[in-house]
Amino acid sequence: MPEKFLIRINGTGFQAARGMTVAAAVLMAGVACFRRSVSGEPRAPLCGMGICMECRVTIDGVPHSRACQTLCAPGMEIRTDA
Amino acid sequence: MIETADVVIVGAGIVGACCAHLLQREGLRVLVVESGVIAGGATGSGMGHIVVMDDNPPEYALTLYSQQLWNRLLPELPAPVEYDACGTIWVAADEEEMRGVHSKFASYTMRGVRADILDSRQIAEAEPALREGLAGGLLVRDDSVIYAPCAASWFLQGASVRRARAVSVAAEGVRLDDGSMLACGAVVCAAGAKTAELFPQLDVRPRKGHLAITDRYPGFARHQLVELGYLKSAHGHTTESVAFNVQPRRTGQVLIGSSRQYGVDSTSIDRPLLRRMLQRAIEYMPRLATLSILRTWTGFRPSTPDNMPAIGLSPAHANVWFATGHEGLGITTSLGTAHLLVDLMAHRTPRIDASPFAPERLWRDA
Ligand SMILES: Cc1cc2nc3c(=O)[nH]c(=O)nc-3n(C[C@H](O)[C@H](O)[C@H](O)COP(=O)(O)OP(=O)(O)OC[C@H]3O[C@@H](n4cnc5c(N)ncnc54)[C@H](O)[C@@H]3O)c2cc1C
Ligand code: FES
Repeated sequence: MPEKFLIRINGTGFQAARGMTVAAAVLMAGVACFRRSVSGEPRAPLCGMGICMECRVTIDGVPHSRACQTLCAPGMEIRTDA
Repeated sequence: MIETADVVIVGAGIVGACCAHLLQREGLRVLVVESGVIAGGATGSGMGHIVVMDDNPPEYALTLYSQQLWNRLLPELPAPVEYDACGTIWVAADEEEMRGVHSKFASYTMRGVRADILDSRQIAEAEPALREGLAGGLLVRDDSVIYAPCAASWFLQGASVRRARAVSVAAEGVRLDDGSMLACGAVVCAAGAKTAELFPQLDVRPRKGHLAITDRYPGFARHQLVELGYLKSAHGHTTESVAFNVQPRRTGQVLIGSSRQYGVDSTSIDRPLLRRMLQRAIEYMPRLATLSILRTWTGFRPSTPDNMPAIGLSPAHANVWFATGHEGLGITTSLGTAHLLVDLMAHRTPRIDASPFAPERLWRDA
């Protein structure tokens, strides 16, 4: 895997680095809302260690993937709730 | 001090709650006794599918009467009841089951129940997550889904609920575990799967079930989906069985059922049985295997030997009425049950024949 590569976050290109989690990339891209709760409240990473499930996003079409537990990979497509 | 009421109802599940609602509408003073929390029994652990079942005439009459009552009432219920008029699809795996679809269609349409036969292509279009190559199915349009605990709370609005356990019922009233006595004119026993703790003579036994709920995947399932073989599981009396029964929730979550088990009182998850249940569901909806499950739990259906509820006067008491034994249909039939019971208590002729539900048939020497 190259040191630096391109991924897409909500359709916009983002330069990610090897070893970077999806959670880090999404935050660095300036996206504050990862997902919406049932009642529509914005949610973002809380525990950072795979327990709280607050950081879920859609990664390569798979919904409810934990951003804090997934490493970025070249060409990855990430979708957050609006 | 002795508390008094016209009617004491034991049990604040959906059945007790519906009875309380209608008895209050008759102008009676009602007191509900509940040992746990409102809807904390089967009502809080079931699926909330409102469904017409046609496999024997009394059950057909009661479920249809109830479904029609629900459909009239549901638009009035508050949003947390999560009413969803999604309909049911009975799924036929092969040509033999497809013959079952045709006879079900005939029996439904004869009584004015709106139903459509789906062929192999139509069922695939209606439910893209079902496996390919199914023979077809029957869409029953007026079935629906609710979140039953919120419906029970709504029915209990304005009712007095006493947090205590009823320990005995006598001519003068109901004795509670704190020693106090509730004097009343009549008692309604709506104690669900725990009925036999109060009335060991009435043959109502707990029948355990497992459920699992996924995270939110909006659109994954669009109707309540039940395998046509479900009745074999529900009405057979084998000690253990599973059936494919999947329900879309308003939130986009998918509720997956279900299992049936006699003779178990532990609430804990039986992992091999849960696995069989999920495997059955995955056979019908292969992509279910990729969804994440948030929670699994169990509940106890109040079951009777002939799969029909006990609704009516006790054969051994002058003023004790039963509304219990609703097995896996009590969310559906609670409303019809309450109407029947209130009509019987008021000496009016009920809208459907109450005699098949008479508690006598379940009475035995304890
Ligand atoms: C897994 C599963 C799936 C189901 N799916 C469906 C479905 O899709 N559609 C459908 O129509 N039905 C379904 N059911 C069935 C339905 O949930 C039950 O038939 C229904 O909830 C029974 O309601 P109830 O009020 O009689 O009992 P419960 O809800 O159990 O209420 C009885 C209440 O009485 C209280 N109680 C008992 N004894 C005493 C006492 N001595 N003193 C004080 N309080 C007492 C209990 O604490 C309890 O709260 C399902 C059930 C299960 C388990
Ligand atoms: S931040 Fe808690 S699971 Fe990802």
